[in-house]
Amino acid sequence: MHIKTRAALVAGLSATALLAACGGGGQTGGDGGGGGKEANGGEIVVRGCQPQNPLIGGDTGESCGHDIVELFTSTLFKYDPATGEPKNDIAESVESDDNQTFTVKIKPGYKFQDGTEVKAKNFVDAWNYTAYGPNAQYLSYFMEPIVGYDDLVSEDPDGDGPQKAPEPKAKEMSGLKVVDDHTFTIQTKEPVSNLPVRLGYTAFAPQPDAFFANPEEFAKKPIGAGPYQVESYDQGRQAVLTKYADYAGDFGGNVDKITFRIYQDAEAAYNDLLAGNLDVLDEIPSSALVEKKYESDLPGRFEQKAYPAIQTVTFAPDKVSPDYANPKIRQAISMAIDRQKIIDDQFDGARQPADGWVAPGVEGYKAGACGDFCTYNPEKAKQLLDEAGGFKGKLTISYNADSAHKAWVTATCNSIRTGLGIDCVASPVTDFATFRDQIGAQKMKGMFRSGWIADYPHIENFLTPLFTKNGSSNDNKYNNPAFETALVDAGKAQGDASLKKYQEAEQMLAADMPAIPMWYYTSTIGWSENVENVKVNVSSGRPDLLAVSAKQ
Amino acid sequence: MGTYILRRLLQMIPVIIGTTFIIYAMVFALPGDPSAGKCGDRACPPAVVKHIREQYNLDDPLPVAYVKYLGKLGKGDLGENSYGVPVMKDLSQRYQITAKLALMAIVFEAIFGVAAGVLAAIKKGSFLDSLVLVSTLLVISIPIFVIGALAQFYLGVKTGIFPVTITSRNPSMYQLLLPAIVLAALSMAYVTRLTRTNLAENLRADYVRTAKAKGLTQRRAIGLHALRNSMIPVITFMGYDFGALLGGAIVTERIFNIQGIGGYIFQSINHRDGFAVVGAVTALVIVYLVVNLIVDLLYGALDPRISHD
Repeated sequence: MHIKTRAALVAGLSATALLAACGGGGQTGGDGGGGGKEANGGEIVVRGCQPQNPLIGGDTGESCGHDIVELFTSTLFKYDPATGEPKNDIAESVESDDNQTFTVKIKPGYKFQDGTEVKAKNFVDAWNYTAYGPNAQYLSYFMEPIVGYDDLVSEDPDGDGPQKAPEPKAKEMSGLKVVDDHTFTIQTKEPVSNLPVRLGYTAFAPQPDAFFANPEEFAKKPIGAGPYQVESYDQGRQAVLTKYADYAGDFGGNVDKITFRIYQDAEAAYNDLLAGNLDVLDEIPSSALVEKKYESDLPGRFEQKAYPAIQTVTFAPDKVSPDYANPKIRQAISMAIDRQKIIDDQFDGARQPADGWVAPGVEGYKAGACGDFCTYNPEKAKQLLDEAGGFKGKLTISYNADSAHKAWVTATCNSIRTGLGIDCVASPVTDFATFRDQIGAQKMKGMFRSGWIADYPHIENFLTPLFTKNGSSNDNKYNNPAFETALVDAGKAQGDASLKKYQEAEQMLAADMPAIPMWYYTSTIGWSENVENVKVNVSSGRPDLLAVSAKQ
Repeated sequence: MGTYILRRLLQMIPVIIGTTFIIYAMVFALPGDPSAGKCGDRACPPAVVKHIREQYNLDDPLPVAYVKYLGKLGKGDLGENSYGVPVMKDLSQRYQITAKLALMAIVFEAIFGVAAGVLAAIKKGSFLDSLVLVSTLLVISIPIFVIGALAQFYLGVKTGIFPVTITSRNPSMYQLLLPAIVLAALSMAYVTRLTRTNLAENLRADYVRTAKAKGLTQRRAIGLHALRNSMIPVITFMGYDFGALLGGAIVTERIFNIQGIGGYIFQSINHRDGFAVVGAVTALVIVYLVVNLIVDLLYGALDPRISHD
């Protein structure tokens, strides 16, 4: 999950962009692979891609690395591949009365692959390491809710060199306390009702003592407490994982050996799949998606499923593009977009029109949050635009040109132009880095494409990072006190009450429309004749490798 | 001769410095912070941004950053790419496989290209000549990715004669055969046509007529006199082409999943991986220069009138 997420949104999803309609020949049933049982499970070769960072839980967000990290580490919870629901893995229990102080009890008997037992301090040390600024871990922001996080990061005094940032005040977060070998406590700054859901993410994986001596060296042959161990990792070529004999958890895999073979090109991987040299492919190349060629190439050996990812069109902050500030104009634009037609024309129907800002497949998803504003209705759109006093000039939707976004952005613009009678231009930006740089520096005007894949399967992950004042990806600089209050309340509440509050918060976005929901993504995977039980993990859109079994 | 080589080698130094500076400036002066796209739609944590900026000396003005880089380069350190692997290590691994591929391609080019060209030139106007002309035209007009994809599909996936992709870091000649032929196809067509035209022209030259009049056999007249002269443009082309094959095999390397230099440069540019791009291109420049030098020296061997003293 995760930056795979965004990195994938850039590269991958666009490639899946030509997708065919839902319908998948996937098997049903199966139990997500239970327990390491009999040997002789055979071996499989899976398509991999080049991990961006060393294979450290707290440093690996993109899917290339995450796919591997996920197999050799265990976390407190494991997301059910069929429902996305967190299930206890290392956690015996995580309890809290106020959603602010959590007591975590871990199951005894879990062992790292060097034979040492997983203890409470392995979690605390790992999280502190991830959070500590000078370690420059990509996923450090996951630790942000924990008390004391701010003391571990230091601000550069003049923002941007040449002066060096001072040493952070502390090396350990005060909000983490080891009680005994199998118990520790977490204290968060604000109430966080969904903390247990977050703890299933590999950013929260424990690290063995051996890690801390030399993390970079360790990452070359990392170990964790997961069902598989890294046999070898040859950067740029392949990673070989074998079943860990002493794995104590309930989420073991079926096959004995998994080889991630790194391909530069989905096309080459697809050909290897057809020739039977590759067993599981996480992404069908665009050439095979055209007219659903893959369906005849891989009879009964593919599956297509929606997963928690959304494509949106975000408005530049009000002060950058004041012309768009009136919510009625934004709603009018949204209503002028014929989502279904664009999906049919551009993606062979393989997207689900979005009617809210939260994608399905996550806890708390509720259909229809956007209501009429996300329903195609050109008359009503025109009427709204007139009420707002019209729009002078022309609309722009920017996109990064290094990925296949041009077609749908142009189609969206056409839809708006016909619906509202305002000129609309699709405006390319050379590459993703430049694109994000301009957005971050608030130089991007008008509208621009944006996407999000859930870090963890919970409604909150679609709201806090994107639409709160200090959200890490709040590109619209959206700032609505009522919305923030609702999120805080939701964080305090328990269970369904909490989810309800989050849904109320999502509902508020319709009034201001900081971003237009476009559609939810689907992933398409394929596999060879040598394997069975290949399914899409709904919480990540990736093949569930633990469930795969090799035909003997 | 010795001084000529020495002079040429010394001339390479400013060329290398000049090219690395231009490449460095182009890579790092691109708009957009290299750290901006690294964390997807989310801004990177400040510590990560700082780490990236420090790694690439982005806080220094460009000339200062370049001099710092040059200082490292002088010590043989090409820096680390954004995956944390020393660029030198990456390059040395990838150059082996790319060089092997390029060499095989050049050999195909030389053997089949020259042979076809000679045959066509001798039998100018015949059916064979037309066949060579039409088939080379066909190859030239089909994009390499089409040839590659077709070859891979029919000879790899369908019939299984050749491996579909290369998975080894140290592939055998057989594994590289298909990619090498695909890679050589286009240049082979050019070499054929170059050889044919030049030889055909030289066969009409006075010195060939003289040689024949002196009683030399057709075979000797062509092989010893006409062909040697005709090879100068061909050798020039192949010298340039070898450099191009090393750096420009991007398409072929992608199709056959070869972990070579072409794909490396492509991938590094995509990831805004500055040091990797500059390092790989610098290495390419050096190869180009050396190959050019060899080509120039070969002129003397082919045509004694050309002297380097």
